[in-house]
Amino acid sequence: MQTIIEAIAQAIQLILTLDPVVVEIAGRTLLVTSIALSISMVVGVPAGAWLAVARVPGKKLFTAFIYTGMGMPPVVAGLAVYLLLSRAGPLGDLGWLFTIRAMVVAQVIIATPLVVGVTMSAVLAVEPALFFQLRALGATRLQARLAVLYEARVGVIVGLVAGFGSIISEVGAVMLVGGNIDGSTRVLTTAIVLETRKGNFDLALALGIILLGLSFMANLGMALGQGRLQHL
Amino acid sequence: MTAVFSVQNARKTYNRRTVLDVPELTIHAGEVFTLVGPSGAGKSTLLRLLALLETPSTGTVRYHAPAGPVTHDSATIEDRRQLAMVFQRPALLSRSVYHNVAYGLRVRGSRNGHQRITTALERVAMQPLAGQNPQQLSGGEMQRVAVARALVLEPRVLLLDEPTANLDPTNVRIIEDLITEQNRDFGTTIVLVTHNIFQARRLATRVALLIEGRIVENSPTEVFFDDPTDPRTRAFVSGDLIY
Ligand SMILES: Nc1ncnc2c1ncn2[C@@H]1O[C@H](COP(=O)(O)OP(=O)(O)O)[C@@H](O)[C@H]1O
Ligand SMILES: [Mg+2]
Repeated sequence: MQTIIEAIAQAIQLILTLDPVVVEIAGRTLLVTSIALSISMVVGVPAGAWLAVARVPGKKLFTAFIYTGMGMPPVVAGLAVYLLLSRAGPLGDLGWLFTIRAMVVAQVIIATPLVVGVTMSAVLAVEPALFFQLRALGATRLQARLAVLYEARVGVIVGLVAGFGSIISEVGAVMLVGGNIDGSTRVLTTAIVLETRKGNFDLALALGIILLGLSFMANLGMALGQGRLQHL
Repeated sequence: MTAVFSVQNARKTYNRRTVLDVPELTIHAGEVFTLVGPSGAGKSTLLRLLALLETPSTGTVRYHAPAGPVTHDSATIEDRRQLAMVFQRPALLSRSVYHNVAYGLRVRGSRNGHQRITTALERVAMQPLAGQNPQQLSGGEMQRVAVARALVLEPRVLLLDEPTANLDPTNVRIIEDLITEQNRDFGTTIVLVTHNIFQARRLATRVALLIEGRIVENSPTEVFFDDPTDPRTRAFVSGDLIY
């Protein structure tokens, strides 16, 4: 008990004094996750919106893949990226394994199905007659599609925040493909695992608190934004 | 008289069931063409075909744009933008009433629509609620927004699908006056669907009776009511037609 209280006190001190190690790891974590989420968004939102309305053969199958991807254990994604990027793998020549790039790739693979799936459901939840009625007011197909996507904005943003939360807190995949290298690929989750093993509970706790805080802030921002978003 | 729509041998089939079968129909510029008939007769279906929103399963539906006749498949966006339709159950954007009325102007790239939007809102007595969101509106208010968002576009043809179905008498009056005004003062061609026979009598220049997908009578308003050709019209007008 004593050690836990001490660890918490020290963790808070590490955060308040902006300990360089803590700041470095937190900064890198945010960098990797934001890049990955941005890529997932650019790919996933249009894909989800398209899947919601497209009438093409194989769509059901593709949708099933997306839902499977949403429930895929992240470490499996990590393994796949590892095999792809390992020296003998098809993309081994890139030399990305054990770099931030590999971690971004893994996180994109984890987050994209989530973003696609949630966007698709959000667009499907928009009143189906709306598209047609906007067309009857002179909107082009694209204009009407964009308006429908905009109607789904709250759902899409909830999906993005969920994606952010899932990849920032993920440990297995980034450990596998990043290697948890000090000063280059160490992020909050992998550092927590390492420091806990080493018995540095104060540092591990400090990192844990930051991780929780980041997740909380994303969710709080979403909760606050939701009411306002609906009235934009 | 210039034709605005011409229909030839048009059939519409949903799931192998023919719900509309119109061998010939012409609607002329400047008319208030009114479609009446029991529910499920195919009135909304015909309106969607005229609006070039759907294509007939067989046959042709032509809209005669000033530049020449076009169909669902050949109409350009400029042709389509001469038509505006108000639906039986309006779906609005989950944004302010003002924004909903601005939408059609916006997609046309028009910037300074403020005066037009305000006028359109005033004409349907919705200006005081311009800032409201559709979730806060009654069915009748939504219907009036739907009329305003079509009206603001100053279309060449206005297609209205039971625009007063959810309204109380005061609002029915507002919309009816508006239809008359639009037709008389701006020469807008109106295609109106209604199940209200009295409304047809008040507004129409020509009335067509649709039963089970077929037009059984298509006459000038006085003839339709006073001296119809088809016995079913007389029955429908007198309320004796049972379904
Ligand atoms: N998109 C559709 N799919 C299947 N059936 C439809 C569709 N639209 C209309 N119908 C059917 O066509 C018939 C005519 O419908 P509608 O044109 O809405 O009639 P009305 O407007 O005269 O009440 C109805 O039986 C209706 O169920
Ligand atoms: Mg109808």
